[in-house]
Amino acid sequence: MSNSPLSATRFRLTFGISWLVLMADHAMVLHYFDLPWQEAVIDSCISNGILLLFCLLIMNTLRYYLPQKEQLINIFAWCVTFSIVWLLLTKWLLKLSLGYHPGYTDLLSHSGSIRFSIAFLLLGCVTMISVLWQTWIMQKEDQVRKADAEKLAKEAELFKLRQQLQPHFLFNSLNSINALIGSRPAEARKMVQQLSDFLRGTLKKEETQWVTLQEELQYLQLYLEIEKVRFGNRLATVTETNEEVKQMKLPALLLQPVVENAIKFGLYDTTGETVIHIHTHKEGNELMVKVSNPFDPETSAPKQGTGFGLKSVQRRLYLLFGRSDLLATEAKENIFTTIVKIPQHEQSSDR
Amino acid sequence: MSKVVIVDDEMLARSIVKEYLEKHPQLELAAECGDGFEGVKAIQQYQPDLIFLDIQMPKINGFEMLELIEQPPAVIFTTAFDEYAIKAFEAHAIDYLLKPFDQERFDKAVAKWMDQKPSAIEKTTQELLETASHSPSQSQRVVVKNGSKIKIIPARDIFYLEAADDFVKIHTQEGYFLKNKTMSHFEQTLDEQQFVRSHRSYIINIQQITRIDPYEKDGHVAVLRTGAKVPVSRSGYGKLKAILGI
Repeated sequence: MSNSPLSATRFRLTFGISWLVLMADHAMVLHYFDLPWQEAVIDSCISNGILLLFCLLIMNTLRYYLPQKEQLINIFAWCVTFSIVWLLLTKWLLKLSLGYHPGYTDLLSHSGSIRFSIAFLLLGCVTMISVLWQTWIMQKEDQVRKADAEKLAKEAELFKLRQQLQPHFLFNSLNSINALIGSRPAEARKMVQQLSDFLRGTLKKEETQWVTLQEELQYLQLYLEIEKVRFGNRLATVTETNEEVKQMKLPALLLQPVVENAIKFGLYDTTGETVIHIHTHKEGNELMVKVSNPFDPETSAPKQGTGFGLKSVQRRLYLLFGRSDLLATEAKENIFTTIVKIPQHEQSSDR
Repeated sequence: MSKVVIVDDEMLARSIVKEYLEKHPQLELAAECGDGFEGVKAIQQYQPDLIFLDIQMPKINGFEMLELIEQPPAVIFTTAFDEYAIKAFEAHAIDYLLKPFDQERFDKAVAKWMDQKPSAIEKTTQELLETASHSPSQSQRVVVKNGSKIKIIPARDIFYLEAADDFVKIHTQEGYFLKNKTMSHFEQTLDEQQFVRSHRSYIINIQQITRIDPYEKDGHVAVLRTGAKVPVSRSGYGKLKAILGI
Protein backbone atom coordinates (compact mmCIF):
# COMPACT_ATOMS: atom_id res chain seq x y z
CA MET A 1 0.00 0.00 0.00
CA SER A 2 1.34 3.41 -0.91
CA ASN A 3 1.78 6.18 1.59
CA SER A 4 1.29 8.96 -0.89
CA PRO A 5 -0.51 9.15 -4.22
CA LEU A 6 2.91 9.95 -5.71
CA SER A 7 4.32 6.56 -4.90
CA ALA A 8 1.73 4.76 -7.00
CA THR A 9 3.28 4.43 -10.45
CA ARG A 10 0.11 4.89 -12.40
CA PHE A 11 -0.81 7.97 -10.48
CA ARG A 12 2.69 9.40 -10.89
CA LEU A 13 2.49 8.90 -14.64
CA THR A 14 -0.90 10.56 -14.93
CA PHE A 15 0.24 13.35 -12.69
CA GLY A 16 3.37 13.97 -14.80
CA ILE A 17 1.49 13.95 -18.10
CA SER A 18 -1.16 16.30 -16.74
CA TRP A 19 1.54 18.65 -15.64
CA LEU A 20 3.17 18.62 -19.09
CA VAL A 21 -0.21 19.31 -20.72
CA LEU A 22 -0.73 22.18 -18.30
CA MET A 23 2.68 23.64 -19.14
CA ALA A 24 2.06 23.31 -22.85
CA ASP A 25 -1.36 24.97 -22.55
CA HIS A 26 0.14 27.77 -20.52
CA ALA A 27 2.80 28.45 -23.16
CA MET A 28 0.28 28.23 -26.02
CA VAL A 29 -2.07 30.71 -24.40
CA LEU A 30 0.79 33.18 -23.87
CA HIS A 31 1.89 32.70 -27.45
CA TYR A 32 -1.69 33.37 -28.54
CA PHE A 33 -1.40 36.72 -26.79
CA ASP A 34 1.59 37.60 -29.04
CA LEU A 35 4.44 36.49 -26.78
CA PRO A 36 7.21 34.79 -28.74
CA TRP A 37 7.58 31.01 -28.19
CA GLN A 38 10.83 31.30 -26.23
CA GLU A 39 9.51 33.73 -23.65
CA ALA A 40 6.17 31.89 -23.44
CA VAL A 41 7.96 28.61 -22.63
CA ILE A 42 10.23 30.22 -20.05
CA ASP A 43 7.21 31.85 -18.38
CA SER A 44 5.38 28.51 -18.33
CA CYS A 45 8.39 26.63 -16.93
CA ILE A 46 8.98 29.11 -14.12
CA SER A 47 5.30 29.49 -13.11
CA ASN A 48 4.38 25.83 -13.28
CA GLY A 49 7.68 24.61 -11.92
CA ILE A 50 7.18 26.59 -8.74
CA LEU A 51 3.53 25.53 -8.61
CA LEU A 52 4.65 21.91 -8.90
CA LEU A 53 6.99 22.38 -5.94
CA PHE A 54 4.12 23.81 -3.91
CA CYS A 55 1.88 20.86 -4.83
CA LEU A 56 4.54 18.34 -3.80
CA LEU A 57 5.03 20.23 -0.58
CA ILE A 58 1.30 20.00 0.20
CA MET A 59 1.06 16.32 -0.70
CA ASN A 60 4.06 15.46 1.42
CA THR A 61 2.77 17.44 4.38
CA LEU A 62 -0.59 15.68 4.23
CA ARG A 63 1.15 12.35 4.48
CA TYR A 64 2.05 13.13 8.05
CA TYR A 65 -0.64 15.49 9.04
CA LEU A 66 -4.22 14.77 8.09
CA PRO A 67 -6.62 17.55 9.07
CA GLN A 68 -9.76 16.64 10.99
CA LYS A 69 -13.15 17.28 9.45
CA GLU A 70 -13.63 20.54 11.30
CA GLN A 71 -10.26 21.81 10.11
CA LEU A 72 -11.14 21.68 6.42
CA ILE A 73 -11.63 25.44 6.48
CA ASN A 74 -7.93 25.69 7.38
CA ILE A 75 -7.09 23.87 4.18
CA PHE A 76 -8.99 26.44 2.23
CA ALA A 77 -7.04 29.23 3.99
CA TRP A 78 -3.79 27.41 3.23
CA CYS A 79 -4.63 27.14 -0.44
CA VAL A 80 -5.33 30.89 -0.62
CA THR A 81 -2.11 31.70 1.19
CA PHE A 82 -0.04 29.36 -0.96
CA SER A 83 -1.59 30.82 -4.09
CA ILE A 84 -0.74 34.39 -3.04
CA VAL A 85 2.81 33.47 -2.08
CA TRP A 86 3.16 31.62 -5.35
CA LEU A 87 1.84 34.63 -7.30
CA LEU A 88 4.25 37.09 -5.67
CA LEU A 89 7.19 34.73 -6.07
CA THR A 90 6.56 33.99 -9.75
CA LYS A 91 5.87 37.61 -10.56
CA TRP A 92 9.18 38.61 -9.06
CA LEU A 93 11.11 35.85 -10.81
CA LEU A 94 9.41 36.44 -14.13
CA LYS A 95 10.12 40.17 -13.96
CA LEU A 96 13.75 39.43 -13.28
CA SER A 97 14.13 36.96 -16.10
CA LEU A 98 11.76 38.28 -18.78
CA GLY A 99 11.43 42.01 -17.91
CA TYR A 100 13.63 42.86 -20.91
CA HIS A 101 10.84 41.95 -23.36
CA PRO A 102 8.76 44.94 -24.36
CA GLY A 103 5.14 44.68 -23.21
CA TYR A 104 5.83 41.68 -20.97
CA THR A 105 5.43 43.65 -17.75
CA ASP A 106 2.02 44.79 -18.96
CA LEU A 107 0.94 41.28 -19.85
CA LEU A 108 2.15 40.08 -16.46
CA SER A 109 0.20 42.61 -14.48
CA HIS A 110 -2.95 42.03 -16.56
CA SER A 111 -2.83 38.27 -16.19
CA GLY A 112 -2.32 38.34 -12.39
CA SER A 113 -5.91 37.40 -11.45
CA ILE A 114 -6.10 34.56 -14.00
CA ARG A 115 -2.79 33.14 -12.84
CA PHE A 116 -3.98 33.33 -9.26
CA SER A 117 -7.26 31.58 -10.05
CA ILE A 118 -5.62 28.75 -11.94
CA ALA A 119 -3.01 28.24 -9.21
CA PHE A 120 -5.70 28.28 -6.52
CA LEU A 121 -7.82 25.72 -8.38
CA LEU A 122 -4.87 23.43 -8.94
CA LEU A 123 -3.62 23.60 -5.38
CA GLY A 124 -7.17 23.06 -4.16
CA CYS A 125 -7.61 19.95 -6.33
CA VAL A 126 -4.29 18.46 -5.31
CA THR A 127 -5.07 19.07 -1.65
CA MET A 128 -8.51 17.52 -1.90
CA ILE A 129 -7.18 14.47 -3.72
CA SER A 130 -4.44 14.02 -1.13
CA VAL A 131 -6.85 14.31 1.76
CA LEU A 132 -9.21 11.80 0.19
CA TRP A 133 -6.38 9.42 -0.58
CA GLN A 134 -4.96 9.58 2.92
CA THR A 135 -8.36 9.12 4.50
CA TRP A 136 -9.02 6.12 2.33
CA ILE A 137 -5.70 4.58 3.31
CA MET A 138 -6.34 5.20 6.96
CA GLN A 139 -9.72 3.57 6.70
CA LYS A 140 -8.23 0.60 4.96
CA GLU A 141 -5.59 0.20 7.66
CA ASP A 142 -8.31 0.51 10.24
CA GLN A 143 -10.29 -2.23 8.58
CA VAL A 144 -7.31 -4.53 8.47
CA ARG A 145 -6.64 -3.88 12.14
CA LYS A 146 -10.26 -4.52 13.02
CA ALA A 147 -10.34 -7.72 11.00
CA ASP A 148 -7.14 -8.87 12.72
CA ALA A 149 -8.55 -8.11 16.13
CA GLU A 150 -11.75 -9.94 15.31
CA LYS A 151 -9.88 -12.94 14.03
CA LEU A 152 -7.80 -13.08 17.19
CA ALA A 153 -10.87 -12.79 19.37
CA LYS A 154 -12.61 -15.50 17.39
CA GLU A 155 -9.68 -17.86 17.69
CA ALA A 156 -9.43 -17.23 21.39
CA GLU A 157 -13.13 -17.85 21.81
CA LEU A 158 -13.07 -21.05 19.82
CA PHE A 159 -10.14 -22.22 21.90
CA LYS A 160 -12.01 -21.47 25.07
CA LEU A 161 -15.17 -23.20 23.92
CA ARG A 162 -13.24 -26.30 23.05
CA GLN A 163 -11.47 -26.26 26.41
CA GLN A 164 -14.71 -26.39 28.31
CA LEU A 165 -14.19 -29.98 29.18
CA GLN A 166 -16.15 -30.55 32.32
CA PRO A 167 -13.85 -30.82 35.33
CA HIS A 168 -16.68 -32.76 36.86
CA PHE A 169 -16.19 -35.52 34.33
CA LEU A 170 -12.46 -35.66 34.90
CA PHE A 171 -12.61 -35.81 38.67
CA ASN A 172 -15.39 -38.35 38.77
CA SER A 173 -13.51 -40.55 36.32
CA LEU A 174 -10.42 -40.36 38.51
CA ASN A 175 -12.57 -41.29 41.46
CA SER A 176 -13.89 -44.33 39.62
CA ILE A 177 -10.35 -45.37 38.78
CA ASN A 178 -9.43 -44.92 42.42
CA ALA A 179 -12.22 -47.30 43.39
CA LEU A 180 -11.28 -49.84 40.72
CA ILE A 181 -7.62 -49.96 41.74
CA GLY A 182 -8.51 -51.80 44.95
CA SER A 183 -11.08 -54.22 43.62
CA ARG A 184 -10.48 -54.65 39.87
CA PRO A 185 -6.97 -53.43 38.95
CA ALA A 186 -7.18 -54.64 35.33
CA GLU A 187 -10.25 -52.52 34.72
CA ALA A 188 -8.62 -49.58 36.44
CA ARG A 189 -5.71 -49.86 34.06
CA LYS A 190 -8.04 -50.01 31.08
CA MET A 191 -9.88 -46.95 32.24
CA VAL A 192 -6.66 -45.00 32.75
CA GLN A 193 -5.82 -45.85 29.16
CA GLN A 194 -9.20 -44.70 27.89
CA LEU A 195 -9.14 -41.51 29.87
CA SER A 196 -5.63 -40.72 28.62
CA ASP A 197 -6.65 -41.34 25.01
CA PHE A 198 -9.65 -39.15 25.47
CA LEU A 199 -7.69 -36.30 27.03
CA ARG A 200 -4.98 -36.58 24.41
CA GLY A 201 -7.67 -36.22 21.79
CA THR A 202 -8.87 -32.95 23.23
CA LEU A 203 -5.34 -31.58 23.38
CA LYS A 204 -4.25 -32.70 19.95
CA LYS A 205 -7.07 -31.43 17.86
CA GLU A 206 -7.33 -27.87 16.75
CA GLU A 207 -10.59 -26.05 16.83
CA THR A 208 -10.62 -25.45 13.11
CA GLN A 209 -9.60 -28.96 12.18
CA TRP A 210 -12.09 -31.12 10.31
CA VAL A 211 -12.39 -34.84 10.83
CA THR A 212 -14.56 -37.54 9.33
CA LEU A 213 -17.65 -38.62 11.21
CA GLN A 214 -16.01 -42.00 11.62
CA GLU A 215 -13.10 -40.49 13.56
CA GLU A 216 -15.43 -38.38 15.64
CA LEU A 217 -17.57 -41.39 16.49
CA GLN A 218 -14.51 -43.40 17.49
CA TYR A 219 -13.49 -40.60 19.75
CA LEU A 220 -16.99 -40.39 21.15
CA GLN A 221 -16.82 -44.10 21.85
CA LEU A 222 -13.88 -43.54 24.20
CA TYR A 223 -15.91 -41.00 26.07
CA LEU A 224 -18.94 -43.28 26.25
CA GLU A 225 -16.86 -46.20 27.53
CA ILE A 226 -15.62 -44.07 30.39
CA GLU A 227 -19.10 -42.87 31.23
CA LYS A 228 -20.37 -46.44 31.17
CA VAL A 229 -17.81 -47.46 33.75
CA ARG A 230 -18.99 -44.61 35.93
CA PHE A 231 -22.70 -45.16 35.59
CA GLY A 232 -22.73 -48.90 35.06
CA ASN A 233 -26.03 -50.38 33.91
CA ARG A 234 -27.81 -47.08 34.08
CA LEU A 235 -26.31 -45.88 30.82
CA ALA A 236 -26.76 -47.45 27.39
CA THR A 237 -26.08 -45.98 23.97
CA VAL A 238 -27.30 -46.79 20.47
CA THR A 239 -25.47 -45.38 17.46
CA GLU A 240 -27.00 -45.48 13.98
CA THR A 241 -24.87 -44.61 11.00
CA ASN A 242 -23.84 -45.92 7.57
CA GLU A 243 -20.73 -46.06 5.42
CA GLU A 244 -21.60 -43.05 3.27
CA VAL A 245 -22.32 -40.80 6.22
CA LYS A 246 -19.19 -41.95 8.04
CA GLN A 247 -17.06 -40.30 5.38
CA MET A 248 -18.73 -36.92 5.80
CA LYS A 249 -16.80 -34.33 7.71
CA LEU A 250 -17.33 -32.15 10.71
CA PRO A 251 -15.31 -29.88 13.02
CA ALA A 252 -13.35 -31.95 15.54
CA LEU A 253 -14.82 -32.50 19.00
CA LEU A 254 -18.14 -31.01 18.07
CA LEU A 255 -20.32 -33.91 19.12
CA GLN A 256 -18.81 -34.80 22.47
CA PRO A 257 -20.39 -31.85 24.33
CA VAL A 258 -23.75 -32.61 22.70
CA VAL A 259 -23.61 -36.21 23.89
CA GLU A 260 -22.30 -35.16 27.28
CA ASN A 261 -25.27 -32.87 27.62
CA ALA A 262 -27.67 -35.65 26.67
CA ILE A 263 -26.11 -38.02 29.17
CA LYS A 264 -26.27 -35.53 31.98
CA PHE A 265 -29.79 -34.52 31.18
CA GLY A 266 -30.90 -38.12 30.87
CA LEU A 267 -29.09 -39.48 33.90
CA TYR A 268 -29.89 -36.66 36.25
CA ASP A 269 -33.48 -36.31 35.24
CA THR A 270 -34.53 -39.93 35.51
CA THR A 271 -33.71 -42.62 38.01
CA GLY A 272 -34.00 -45.62 35.72
CA GLU A 273 -31.91 -46.76 32.78
CA THR A 274 -30.99 -44.07 30.31
CA VAL A 275 -30.63 -44.88 26.63
CA ILE A 276 -28.89 -42.28 24.51
CA HIS A 277 -29.62 -42.51 20.77
CA ILE A 278 -27.13 -41.10 18.30
CA HIS A 279 -28.53 -41.05 14.80
CA THR A 280 -26.63 -39.71 11.77
CA HIS A 281 -27.78 -39.23 8.21
CA LYS A 282 -27.26 -37.13 5.14
CA GLU A 283 -29.75 -34.50 4.18
CA GLY A 284 -29.03 -32.55 1.03
CA ASN A 285 -25.56 -31.21 1.46
CA GLU A 286 -25.64 -31.41 5.21
CA LEU A 287 -24.62 -33.96 7.78
CA MET A 288 -27.39 -34.34 10.34
CA VAL A 289 -26.66 -35.70 13.80
CA LYS A 290 -29.53 -36.33 16.19
CA VAL A 291 -28.80 -37.10 19.82
CA SER A 292 -31.72 -37.95 22.05
CA ASN A 293 -32.17 -38.73 25.72
CA PRO A 294 -35.14 -39.45 27.98
CA PHE A 295 -36.28 -36.84 30.46
CA ASP A 296 -39.14 -36.28 32.83
CA PRO A 297 -41.49 -33.63 31.39
CA GLU A 298 -43.20 -33.37 34.77
CA THR A 299 -40.28 -31.97 36.64
CA SER A 300 -37.97 -30.32 34.18
CA ALA A 301 -38.59 -27.68 31.63
CA PRO A 302 -36.07 -28.04 28.84
CA LYS A 303 -35.54 -24.47 27.87
CA GLN A 304 -36.73 -23.58 24.43
CA GLY A 305 -33.95 -23.29 21.92
CA THR A 306 -30.87 -24.32 23.81
CA GLY A 307 -30.15 -25.38 27.31
CA PHE A 308 -27.36 -26.67 29.49
CA GLY A 309 -24.03 -27.11 27.75
CA LEU A 310 -25.46 -26.60 24.29
CA LYS A 311 -24.80 -22.88 24.26
CA SER A 312 -21.12 -23.32 23.62
CA VAL A 313 -21.83 -25.75 20.77
CA GLN A 314 -24.15 -23.25 19.18
CA ARG A 315 -21.62 -20.47 19.60
CA ARG A 316 -18.95 -22.62 18.02
CA LEU A 317 -21.15 -23.42 15.04
CA TYR A 318 -21.88 -19.75 14.64
CA LEU A 319 -18.20 -18.81 14.69
CA LEU A 320 -17.35 -21.53 12.19
CA PHE A 321 -20.23 -21.07 9.75
CA GLY A 322 -21.75 -17.69 10.53
CA ARG A 323 -25.15 -19.36 10.95
CA SER A 324 -27.24 -19.69 14.05
CA ASP A 325 -29.74 -22.23 12.72
CA LEU A 326 -27.45 -25.24 12.83
CA LEU A 327 -28.39 -26.43 16.28
CA ALA A 328 -31.95 -27.17 17.29
CA THR A 329 -33.62 -28.99 20.14
CA GLU A 330 -37.02 -30.56 20.51
CA ALA A 331 -38.87 -32.21 23.34
CA LYS A 332 -41.49 -34.79 22.43
CA GLU A 333 -43.26 -36.61 25.20
CA ASN A 334 -40.38 -37.77 27.33
CA ILE A 335 -37.62 -37.67 24.72
CA PHE A 336 -35.36 -34.69 24.31
CA THR A 337 -33.53 -34.45 20.98
CA THR A 338 -30.66 -32.24 19.94
CA ILE A 339 -30.17 -31.86 16.19
CA VAL A 340 -26.88 -30.62 14.76
CA LYS A 341 -26.51 -29.79 11.08
CA ILE A 342 -23.07 -29.55 9.54
CA PRO A 343 -22.85 -28.03 6.04
CA GLN A 344 -20.46 -29.95 3.84
CA HIS A 345 -19.49 -27.53 1.11
CA GLU A 346 -17.44 -25.09 3.17
CA GLN A 347 -14.76 -27.33 4.47
CA SER A 348 -12.93 -27.95 1.21
CA SER A 349 -12.43 -24.25 0.56
CA ASP A 350 -11.70 -23.59 4.20
CA ARG A 351 -9.02 -26.13 4.70
CA MET B 1 -21.41 -48.03 67.25
CA SER B 2 -22.45 -45.25 64.91
CA LYS B 3 -24.60 -45.82 61.88
CA VAL B 4 -23.58 -44.56 58.46
CA VAL B 5 -25.47 -44.12 55.19
CA ILE B 6 -23.82 -43.52 51.81
CA VAL B 7 -25.75 -41.63 49.12
CA ASP B 8 -24.09 -41.44 45.72
CA ASP B 9 -25.38 -42.26 42.26
CA GLU B 10 -22.15 -43.90 41.08
CA MET B 11 -21.60 -47.42 42.25
CA LEU B 12 -17.82 -47.13 42.19
CA ALA B 13 -17.96 -43.93 44.21
CA ARG B 14 -19.97 -45.75 46.86
CA SER B 15 -17.60 -48.70 46.82
CA ILE B 16 -14.56 -46.54 47.57
CA VAL B 17 -16.29 -45.03 50.61
CA LYS B 18 -17.21 -48.56 51.72
CA GLU B 19 -13.64 -49.65 51.31
CA TYR B 20 -12.32 -46.76 53.40
CA LEU B 21 -14.97 -47.41 56.05
CA GLU B 22 -13.49 -50.86 56.72
CA LYS B 23 -10.74 -49.16 58.70
CA HIS B 24 -13.30 -47.72 61.07
CA PRO B 25 -14.93 -50.63 62.90
CA GLN B 26 -16.86 -48.23 65.11
CA LEU B 27 -18.82 -47.12 62.02
CA GLU B 28 -21.47 -49.48 60.78
CA LEU B 29 -22.77 -49.15 57.25
CA ALA B 30 -26.56 -49.17 57.51
CA ALA B 31 -27.43 -48.54 53.85
CA GLU B 32 -26.11 -47.34 50.52
CA CYS B 33 -28.37 -45.41 48.18
CA GLY B 34 -28.19 -44.53 44.48
CA ASP B 35 -30.33 -41.41 44.59
CA GLY B 36 -31.94 -38.87 46.88
CA PHE B 37 -35.28 -40.65 47.10
CA GLU B 38 -33.68 -43.80 48.42
CA GLY B 39 -31.56 -41.57 50.64
CA VAL B 40 -34.56 -39.96 52.31
CA LYS B 41 -36.13 -43.35 52.90
CA ALA B 42 -32.99 -44.92 54.30
CA ILE B 43 -32.25 -41.99 56.58
CA GLN B 44 -35.75 -42.12 58.03
CA GLN B 45 -35.56 -45.84 58.47
CA TYR B 46 -32.10 -46.14 60.01
CA GLN B 47 -31.66 -42.73 61.67
CA PRO B 48 -27.92 -42.73 60.93
CA ASP B 49 -25.41 -40.60 62.81
CA LEU B 50 -23.43 -39.70 59.75
CA ILE B 51 -24.06 -39.64 56.00
CA PHE B 52 -21.66 -39.46 53.11
CA LEU B 53 -23.50 -37.47 50.49
CA ASP B 54 -22.84 -36.64 46.85
CA ILE B 55 -24.28 -33.40 45.45
CA GLN B 56 -25.02 -34.12 41.82
CA MET B 57 -27.54 -36.92 41.68
CA PRO B 58 -30.58 -37.85 39.62
CA LYS B 59 -33.81 -35.94 40.18
CA ILE B 60 -32.95 -34.22 43.40
CA ASN B 61 -29.49 -33.11 44.43
CA GLY B 62 -27.84 -33.69 47.78
CA PHE B 63 -28.90 -30.38 49.23
CA GLU B 64 -32.50 -30.85 48.23
CA MET B 65 -32.45 -34.28 49.79
CA LEU B 66 -31.24 -32.84 53.09
CA GLU B 67 -34.01 -30.25 53.05
CA LEU B 68 -36.54 -33.06 53.10
CA ILE B 69 -35.19 -34.55 56.28
CA GLU B 70 -36.54 -33.07 59.46
CA GLN B 71 -33.44 -33.35 61.58
CA PRO B 72 -30.58 -33.98 59.21
CA PRO B 73 -27.70 -35.96 60.69
CA ALA B 74 -24.09 -34.95 60.34
CA VAL B 75 -23.03 -34.83 56.71
CA ILE B 76 -19.70 -35.28 55.02
CA PHE B 77 -20.05 -34.31 51.38
CA THR B 78 -18.26 -36.20 48.66
CA THR B 79 -18.23 -34.38 45.38
CA ALA B 80 -16.07 -33.93 42.32
CA PHE B 81 -16.49 -30.36 41.33
CA ASP B 82 -19.26 -27.91 41.79
CA GLU B 83 -18.23 -24.33 42.23
CA TYR B 84 -21.35 -23.43 44.05
CA ALA B 85 -21.28 -26.34 46.42
CA ILE B 86 -17.65 -25.76 47.25
CA LYS B 87 -18.45 -22.19 48.18
CA ALA B 88 -21.19 -23.45 50.47
CA PHE B 89 -18.88 -25.99 52.09
CA GLU B 90 -16.10 -23.55 52.70
CA ALA B 91 -18.46 -21.44 54.69
CA HIS B 92 -20.30 -24.07 56.70
CA ALA B 93 -19.64 -27.77 56.15
CA ILE B 94 -18.28 -30.09 58.78
CA ASP B 95 -16.07 -31.42 56.07
CA TYR B 96 -16.17 -32.23 52.42
CA LEU B 97 -14.18 -34.71 50.41
CA LEU B 98 -13.21 -33.71 46.90
CA LYS B 99 -13.14 -36.74 44.61
CA PRO B 100 -10.85 -38.50 44.22
CA PHE B 101 -9.70 -38.70 47.83
CA ASP B 102 -7.49 -41.18 49.68
CA GLN B 103 -7.82 -43.11 52.93
CA GLU B 104 -5.83 -40.54 54.86
CA ARG B 105 -8.07 -37.67 53.84
CA PHE B 106 -11.10 -39.80 54.57
CA ASP B 107 -9.84 -40.65 58.06
CA LYS B 108 -9.28 -36.98 58.75
CA ALA B 109 -12.87 -36.14 57.84
CA VAL B 110 -14.18 -38.88 60.11
CA ALA B 111 -11.95 -37.66 62.96
CA LYS B 112 -13.23 -34.14 62.43
CA TRP B 113 -16.78 -35.36 62.67
CA MET B 114 -16.09 -37.23 65.91
CA ASP B 115 -14.63 -34.07 67.45
CA GLN B 116 -17.74 -32.02 66.71
CA LYS B 117 -20.45 -31.50 69.27
CA PRO B 118 -23.90 -32.63 68.12
CA SER B 119 -25.38 -29.16 68.64
CA ALA B 120 -22.72 -27.57 66.48
CA ILE B 121 -23.40 -30.11 63.74
CA GLU B 122 -27.06 -29.24 63.51
CA LYS B 123 -26.27 -25.55 63.22
CA THR B 124 -23.65 -25.95 60.51
CA THR B 125 -25.95 -28.18 58.46
CA GLN B 126 -28.73 -25.60 58.60
CA GLU B 127 -26.40 -22.80 57.55
CA LEU B 128 -25.02 -24.91 54.80
CA LEU B 129 -28.47 -25.57 53.39
CA GLU B 130 -29.28 -21.90 53.50
CA THR B 131 -26.16 -21.02 51.50
CA ALA B 132 -26.61 -23.89 49.07
CA SER B 133 -30.22 -22.99 48.36
CA HIS B 134 -29.00 -19.95 46.47
CA SER B 135 -27.45 -22.12 43.80
CA PRO B 136 -28.93 -21.63 40.33
CA SER B 137 -30.52 -25.09 40.12
CA GLN B 138 -32.57 -24.50 43.24
CA SER B 139 -34.15 -21.31 41.96
CA GLN B 140 -35.81 -23.32 39.21
CA ARG B 141 -37.76 -25.71 41.41
CA VAL B 142 -38.91 -26.51 44.89
CA VAL B 143 -38.75 -29.98 46.36
CA VAL B 144 -41.39 -30.87 48.94
CA LYS B 145 -42.47 -33.92 50.84
CA ASN B 146 -46.07 -34.89 50.45
CA GLY B 147 -46.69 -37.60 52.97
CA SER B 148 -44.18 -40.25 52.11
CA LYS B 149 -43.89 -39.05 48.49
CA ILE B 150 -41.37 -36.56 47.24
CA LYS B 151 -42.66 -33.93 44.87
CA ILE B 152 -40.57 -31.73 42.63
CA ILE B 153 -42.39 -28.54 41.72
CA PRO B 154 -40.92 -26.60 38.81
CA ALA B 155 -40.95 -22.88 39.65
CA ARG B 156 -43.17 -22.11 36.65
CA ASP B 157 -45.91 -24.35 38.09
CA ILE B 158 -46.17 -22.38 41.30
CA PHE B 159 -49.18 -20.00 41.37
CA TYR B 160 -48.34 -18.20 44.55
CA LEU B 161 -46.89 -18.73 48.03
CA GLU B 162 -48.60 -17.98 51.27
CA ALA B 163 -47.18 -17.71 54.78
CA ALA B 164 -48.73 -20.10 57.28
CA ASP B 165 -47.14 -20.02 60.74
CA ASP B 166 -43.81 -21.85 60.54
CA PHE B 167 -44.57 -23.11 57.04
CA VAL B 168 -45.09 -21.72 53.60
CA LYS B 169 -48.02 -22.95 51.52
CA ILE B 170 -47.02 -23.48 47.92
CA HIS B 171 -50.14 -23.19 45.78
CA THR B 172 -50.16 -25.15 42.53
CA GLN B 173 -52.55 -26.81 40.09
CA GLU B 174 -52.70 -29.83 42.37
CA GLY B 175 -53.54 -27.89 45.49
CA TYR B 176 -51.01 -26.66 48.00
CA PHE B 177 -47.87 -28.16 49.51
CA LEU B 178 -46.23 -27.18 52.75
CA LYS B 179 -42.57 -26.47 53.20
CA ASN B 180 -40.83 -25.70 56.43
CA LYS B 181 -39.14 -22.48 55.30
CA THR B 182 -39.61 -18.76 55.71
CA MET B 183 -41.11 -16.33 53.19
CA SER B 184 -37.85 -14.43 52.95
CA HIS B 185 -36.12 -17.69 52.07
CA PHE B 186 -38.33 -18.04 48.99
CA GLU B 187 -38.12 -14.36 48.23
CA GLN B 188 -34.35 -14.69 48.05
CA THR B 189 -34.08 -18.00 46.22
CA LEU B 190 -36.80 -17.83 43.57
CA ASP B 191 -36.16 -15.86 40.40
CA GLU B 192 -36.97 -12.26 41.27
CA GLN B 193 -38.01 -11.51 37.71
CA GLN B 194 -40.81 -14.05 38.05
CA PHE B 195 -41.76 -13.99 41.71
CA VAL B 196 -42.74 -10.83 43.52
CA ARG B 197 -43.47 -10.45 47.19
CA SER B 198 -46.75 -8.62 46.89
CA HIS B 199 -47.52 -8.67 50.56
CA ARG B 200 -45.86 -9.59 53.86
CA SER B 201 -47.51 -13.00 53.63
CA TYR B 202 -47.67 -13.53 49.86
CA ILE B 203 -45.34 -14.09 46.91
CA ILE B 204 -46.94 -14.15 43.45
CA ASN B 205 -45.79 -15.76 40.22
CA ILE B 206 -46.32 -12.81 37.88
CA GLN B 207 -47.01 -15.15 34.94
CA GLN B 208 -50.26 -16.06 36.67
CA ILE B 209 -51.64 -12.58 37.15
CA THR B 210 -54.56 -11.63 34.88
CA ARG B 211 -55.41 -8.29 36.47
CA ILE B 212 -54.90 -6.14 39.55
CA ASP B 213 -58.02 -4.64 41.11
CA PRO B 214 -58.29 -1.89 43.73
CA TYR B 215 -59.43 -3.21 47.07
CA GLU B 216 -60.78 -1.28 50.01
CA LYS B 217 -59.06 2.01 50.80
CA ASP B 218 -55.59 1.95 49.36
CA GLY B 219 -54.97 -1.74 48.89
CA HIS B 220 -55.13 -3.95 45.80
CA VAL B 221 -55.73 -7.58 44.98
CA ALA B 222 -54.11 -9.52 42.18
CA VAL B 223 -56.50 -11.82 40.34
CA LEU B 224 -54.80 -14.95 39.08
CA ARG B 225 -55.72 -17.13 36.12
CA THR B 226 -57.29 -19.63 38.45
CA GLY B 227 -59.52 -16.89 39.84
CA ALA B 228 -57.68 -16.84 43.14
CA LYS B 229 -57.33 -13.39 44.70
CA VAL B 230 -54.02 -12.53 46.33
CA PRO B 231 -53.63 -9.45 48.58
CA VAL B 232 -51.27 -6.73 47.40
CA SER B 233 -49.94 -4.21 49.89
CA ARG B 234 -49.02 -0.68 48.98
CA SER B 235 -45.30 -1.40 48.67
CA GLY B 236 -46.14 -4.68 46.93
CA TYR B 237 -48.19 -2.75 44.39
CA GLY B 238 -45.18 -0.55 43.68
CA LYS B 239 -42.98 -3.62 43.11
CA LEU B 240 -45.55 -5.23 40.82
CA LYS B 241 -45.95 -2.05 38.81
CA ALA B 242 -42.20 -1.78 38.34
CA ILE B 243 -41.79 -5.38 37.20
CA LEU B 244 -44.88 -5.50 34.99
CA GLY B 245 -44.01 -2.13 33.49
CA ILE B 246 -47.35 -0.43 34.19
